[in-house]
Amino acid sequence: MKKLRLDQRHVPLAATLVVCVLLYVLTGFQYPSFFSPLVLADLFSDNARLGIAALGSTFVILSGGIDLSVASVMALATMFMAAAVERFHLHPAIAIVFTLLVGSGVGYLNGALIHFFDLPPFLVTLATLFLARGCCFLISMSPVAAESPFFQSFGEAGLHLGTITLHLGTIVFAGVAIACIYAAHFTRFGRTVYAMGGNEQAARLMGLPVGKTKILVYVFGGLTAALAGIMAMANIPSGDPLNYLGQELDVIAAVVIGGTVLTGGVGYLAGTVLGVLILGIMQDFITFGNRDAAWTQITTGLLLFVFVAMQTILSRWKPRARNSIVGRPLLPSPGTPGEG
Amino acid sequence: MSEQNTLEYAATAPAFGRLHLWGKLLWPALALAILLAIDGICIRGFFSVSIVQGRLTGTLVDIFRYGAPVTVLSVGMTFVLATGGVDLSVGAIMALAGAIAAKAAMPASLNGMGMSPGAGIAIALLVSVLAGMWNGMSVAWLGMQPIVATLVLMVAGRGIARLCIGAANVPLSGTIWTALHNPHLTLPTAPIIVLVVAIIAGLLTRATSIGLFIEALGGNPVASRYAGVRVGLITFMVYVFCGLCAGIAGIISSADVMIANASSTGMYMELDAILAVVIGGTALTGGRFSLIGSLIGALLIQTLQTTLIYKVPIQQTLVIKAIVVLAVCLLQSAEFRRKSVAVCARIGLSRTRKAAAQVAS
Amino acid sequence: MADTPLLHLQKVRKVFPGVLALDEVDFSARRGEIHAIMGENGAGKSTLIKVLTGAYPRDGGRMLLDGAEISPRSPQEAQRLGISTVYQEVNLIPSLSVAENIFLGRQPTRWGRIDWRKIRRCSQAALERLDLSIDVGRQLSSYSIAIQQMVAIARAIDISARLLILDEPTSSLDANEVQRLFAVMRKLRDEGMAIIFVSHFLDQIYAVTDRITVLRNGRLIGEYPTAQLSRQDLIARMMGRELADLDVQLQQEKSGDEASRDQRLFPSPGTPGEGQGGGRVPAPAPSPALPRSTGGGSKKPSSTFSDTQSILQARGLGRTGSIQPFDLQISAGEVIGLAGLLGSGRSEMARLLFGIDVADSGDIEIGGRKLIFRHPRQAIALGLAFCPEDRKTSGIIPELSIRENIVLALQARGGLFKSLSRSRQDEIATGYIKALGIVTPSAEQSIANLSGGNQQKAILARWLAADPRLLILDEPTRGIDVGAKAEIQKLVLSLCRQGTAIVFISSELEEVVRVSDRVLVLRDRALVGQLRGAAISEQAIMQTIAQDRPAEVAQ
Repeated sequence: MKKLRLDQRHVPLAATLVVCVLLYVLTGFQYPSFFSPLVLADLFSDNARLGIAALGSTFVILSGGIDLSVASVMALATMFMAAAVERFHLHPAIAIVFTLLVGSGVGYLNGALIHFFDLPPFLVTLATLFLARGCCFLISMSPVAAESPFFQSFGEAGLHLGTITLHLGTIVFAGVAIACIYAAHFTRFGRTVYAMGGNEQAARLMGLPVGKTKILVYVFGGLTAALAGIMAMANIPSGDPLNYLGQELDVIAAVVIGGTVLTGGVGYLAGTVLGVLILGIMQDFITFGNRDAAWTQITTGLLLFVFVAMQTILSRWKPRARNSIVGRPLLPSPGTPGEG
Repeated sequence: MSEQNTLEYAATAPAFGRLHLWGKLLWPALALAILLAIDGICIRGFFSVSIVQGRLTGTLVDIFRYGAPVTVLSVGMTFVLATGGVDLSVGAIMALAGAIAAKAAMPASLNGMGMSPGAGIAIALLVSVLAGMWNGMSVAWLGMQPIVATLVLMVAGRGIARLCIGAANVPLSGTIWTALHNPHLTLPTAPIIVLVVAIIAGLLTRATSIGLFIEALGGNPVASRYAGVRVGLITFMVYVFCGLCAGIAGIISSADVMIANASSTGMYMELDAILAVVIGGTALTGGRFSLIGSLIGALLIQTLQTTLIYKVPIQQTLVIKAIVVLAVCLLQSAEFRRKSVAVCARIGLSRTRKAAAQVAS
Repeated sequence: MADTPLLHLQKVRKVFPGVLALDEVDFSARRGEIHAIMGENGAGKSTLIKVLTGAYPRDGGRMLLDGAEISPRSPQEAQRLGISTVYQEVNLIPSLSVAENIFLGRQPTRWGRIDWRKIRRCSQAALERLDLSIDVGRQLSSYSIAIQQMVAIARAIDISARLLILDEPTSSLDANEVQRLFAVMRKLRDEGMAIIFVSHFLDQIYAVTDRITVLRNGRLIGEYPTAQLSRQDLIARMMGRELADLDVQLQQEKSGDEASRDQRLFPSPGTPGEGQGGGRVPAPAPSPALPRSTGGGSKKPSSTFSDTQSILQARGLGRTGSIQPFDLQISAGEVIGLAGLLGSGRSEMARLLFGIDVADSGDIEIGGRKLIFRHPRQAIALGLAFCPEDRKTSGIIPELSIRENIVLALQARGGLFKSLSRSRQDEIATGYIKALGIVTPSAEQSIANLSGGNQQKAILARWLAADPRLLILDEPTRGIDVGAKAEIQKLVLSLCRQGTAIVFISSELEEVVRVSDRVLVLRDRALVGQLRGAAISEQAIMQTIAQDRPAEVAQ
C-alpha cells in the first residue's frame, strides 16, 4: 500500500475531511438528534444515489472532461426500470441489465463524439442532457409508479445490524466506492485517467491509450448514472420524467467539493465520497432546521464557487512551476495571457 | 496577382472579411425558409394572420411572441460566445428576474416590498445586471473558466429565486404586466422590446469599436492584448450584458404566463440560446459574430418548436433539439468534415474499383 | 569510441510543400560520444531530430541503426528501437509522482494489481544511475525543471538505453543545474551511450560535446571534432560567411560613406541580390509617402545624436530566467539593432521594453517618469509599438479583415467608444496597403489569406497607423521575399528620418548592419557589447558574440 504522505496533493483532501467533520459536529450541536446512528445510516442511504453517480463522474473530471448529462441519465434509468417492469413486465434482473446498457450507451455516445470528432465535452454532454431528458418524456409524459412487489422488496433490502439497517443503497455505494478507489490507484486504466488529466499531450507522447480511455470514462460515467437511478428506485419507487430536474450540477459539485480539480489530473475518489457526505449533511442541516429547501441550492452553489475559486487562485499563483497543471480547458477562457 | 504597388478595387472580386459572414447566413436563412415552406404546406392556416379584438393573431405572430425570450437571450449570448466563453446561468437569471419582480411587488403583509410592479421590474433588471457582473468578475478577474463560473449561478440563482417566492407559482398582476402580456395594441409588445434590444446591441457594437474588440479578443486574445485591447474589461462587459438580456427574457417569459416560478422559468433555455447563436454563424470558439445570424437562429428554433408542437408534446421536442445541436456541432467540427471527406473518398474509390473490375471482366 | 556508428543517416531528404527541409543530409551518432547539432533558424535541426525520432517520415535516404535499416513511424516505435528524446518542455505529467512518471504506461503488476513498491524501488535505482537521489514519492511539479528533466532522462534510458537525444535541455536551467546535467551526460557517455545534444548556447557546446555537426539551409555543412573547431569558424559556418569574404566587405564599408550605404539599399539592377535566387530587385524609388507623413524628407545627418531627445532609458532592466539586467538608452530617430544568435535574449529584451513580460529589476524612464510596464497598454499609451516575431500566434487576428487588423491598435488606443468612421478606416487601410505594397485585391480580404510577407506588412501598418515614437520590430523580414525585405528596410530608414526611434531585431546580420546606427550584441541572455557607427560590421558582431568569456548563463 502506498504510504500516506502529506504532500501537496493531499492538502485538498485533508481540507475536505476537516470540513466534513466540522459540518457533522456543527449540525449535531445544533440539532442533537442528529447524532444518532440511525441518522448516520440514513445519511449514507439517502445519498447513495448521488454518491454512485459522483464516483463515476469523478473519473470523467479527472481525465480532464466533464459530463453534464448525469442527472438526465439517472432520470432515464428510473423511467426505464419503471416502464420495463410495470408496462412490459420484464423480469427485474433483465430490466436492470437493460437499464445499465442504456446508461452505458449514452456514455458511449458522449465519449465517441468527444474523442472521434474532437467536440467540446461540455457541449456534447449538454446535448445528451437534453436528449436523455427528452427520451424520459418519450417513455411517459407522467410519472410511472413502480408498484410491483419487486420494488417493495428492493426498498426494504438491506443488512440488519441490530437497530440500524444498512440499506441496499448504502451497500452498493460502498461497493462502488471500493471498486473505484481500487481502479483509480491499482489499475493502468486509472493511472492513465490521471495522466490524461494532468497533461493529455504528454500522455499521448508517452504512448498511453488516451482515446480508448477517454471513451471508457464516459461509458463508466453513464453506467454509474444508470446504476444510481436504479438504486434511487429503492427510496422512491417511481419513474418520473421530471426526476432530478435542476439537479444537474449536484454531481459536479460533489466531485469538486471532494477535492478534484476541474481541469483534471488531481483528486481522490475518497474525496468524492466526502464531498457527497458534505452535501448530505448540509441538506440535513437545512431539513432539520425546517429551512427552505432553496438554501440547498444556494449553499451548493456557494461551496462550488469557493472551492473552484480556491483551485483557480492556487493554480495561478503557483509561481515558477511553469509545467503546472495544464489540462485541456473545458472551454477556452478569454483573456488568459498566453505567451506568444 | 499583380505585384504593382497600386490598389485595384476589382468590382467582380469577391469581397471577404465581414462580407463573408453574409454568405454564412445563407444556410440558416435557407433552413428557415424551407421549414416555413413545409409548415405552410402541411399545416393549414399556418400563415394566416388576422386581427382579433384589435390584436394581431396567428401562428406566425405566436412565433414572434413566444420566441421573444430566446431571441433576447441569444443577443446576449452572441457576444459571450464571440469572446470564446459561455454563459450557462441565463436560465437561472431569468427565473431570478421573474421572482424578484414578483417579490418586490408583493405587499408587505406577504413579505413583499410593496412596490409598484414597474419598480419591481426595474429592480429585477438591476439584479440581473448584478448577476452578470458576478459572472464577469469570476471570468475576467478571477480567471475561472466560463463554464464553471456560470455554473455557480446556474445552481445558486434558482435557489435565490426560490428563497424569494417559494416553490409555487406566484401570479403577477398590474397594468405593466398586462401590457407585456396582452396589450390593447395591434402588435405584441415582447417582440418589439426584443427588437429594440437587438438594435441597441447592434449599434453599441458596430457604431463603436466594441464589436471589433470582441471579435479580435475571440479571434486571438494574445494578439489583441499586444495591440492594446482591454481584454479584461471587454470580457467583463459581455457577461454583464448577457445577464441583462437574461433578465429581460425572464420578465417577458413570466409575463407570457402571468406567473413567476422559480423552477420552471427559463428551464433549459441556455441550450436554446447557444444553439441559436451557433446556427447563426458565430463559432463556439469565438471570433466573428453575427447578431442577425443569431436572430435568424432564434427564429428557426422557435419555428421548429412551434411546428413540432402540433404533433409532439413540448417536452419531447428536447430530443429533436439535442439532435440538431449535435448535428450543428459536427458540421462545424473540422475533424468531422475531414473524416467524412475521407469516408466519402473511400466509398467513391471502392465504387470506382468495383466499376473498373466489372469493366475489366 | 566504437568505429561503426550506432546510428547512421545517409542522404536523408525531407520535403514539405514548397520547402526542402533536409537536402541529402548525412549524420552519424557514435557510442560513447556526445554529438551536437548546430544551425540557425531554418537550418533543418528540428526537422532532423523529428525524422530521427520518428515524428516525421523521411522522403529519401536511409537510416541505419547498428547496421540494420530502420524506419520509425512514431516516437513510440523509435523508443522501442532504442532512440529516446527529452525535450525542452518536459513531456511528463506534473501532477503525478516522480516514480509514477518513470513507469507510466509500463507499470509492473502483481496479481493484476499495480506494484507500487516495485515502482518505487526501480525508479530510485533509475535515478541513482544519474547520481540523483530524491524522494520519488513527491509530485513531479514540486521539483525544479532541472530535476524534472533528469526524471525525463531517467525514464528515457530506463525504457531504452541506446541513443539519447536532448533537445534544448538547458534553456531553463541555471549555471549549477547545467553543470549537473553535464555530469550526468558525461557519465552516460562513459558508459557507452550515444548522446545527441541540441543547444544554442555556444559555451555549453564547447564544454561538453565531442563532435559538432553543422547544418545550414537544410544541408550538411560538415562534421567536426569539437576540439578542432574554433568558435569563429563555427559561427561562420552556421551563418554562411567565410571570414575571408568578410574582410573584403569590411574594406568596402570602411571606404564607403552614406552614399554607398544608400547604394546598398537601392542597388542598381546589376548588383547581385541576396543568396536565395531571385535577384529581382525593385528599381530605386523615392521613399514611399506614408499617410501620416508630416512632410520633410531631408536626410538626417549621420551621427549627431547629442541634440536629439532621449525617448527611453532603461536602467538595470531584467527578468529572472529571461534576460540579465541591462541598460539601454534610445533617442529619437535612432535605429538600434539587436544582434545575437537564436536564444540569446533579443525577443526577451523587446518583451520587457514593451510590457509583455514584467521586469523584476530595474526600471524604464520615459518623459521624466520612472516606471515598469505591467501591460502593453501602458507602453502603447506612451508611444511604444511592438511587431512580434511570430505573427501567426501573436500578430494577426486571422478571421478579421486586413482593414480591421490595421486599425486595431489605433482603435484600441482611442478607447471603447470612440470609433474611427468607416471612411477614415478605409482611407488609412488603403493608404498603407498602397504605401507598403501589400498585395491584395481588397482591404476587406481576410488577413489569413495573405502571404506571410504581406501579413507582416499589415501588422507593420497596424503600428505605423498608431504613429509611435518607438517602434520595436522583432524579425520583421523573416520569411519574406527579397523585394519585400528591401522595402521594409527602406521604410525603417524613412521612419527614422521622421523622428521615430526603432529597435530592429534580426537574425540576418547584413540587415542589422545595413540599417542600424547602433548595434547591441547579445549572447546567452545577456547584453555583451555595443557597437557604434563605423565600428558596425558583420565581422565585428560575430567577434563580439564569439568572445571567449566565461559563460554568463541566465539565472
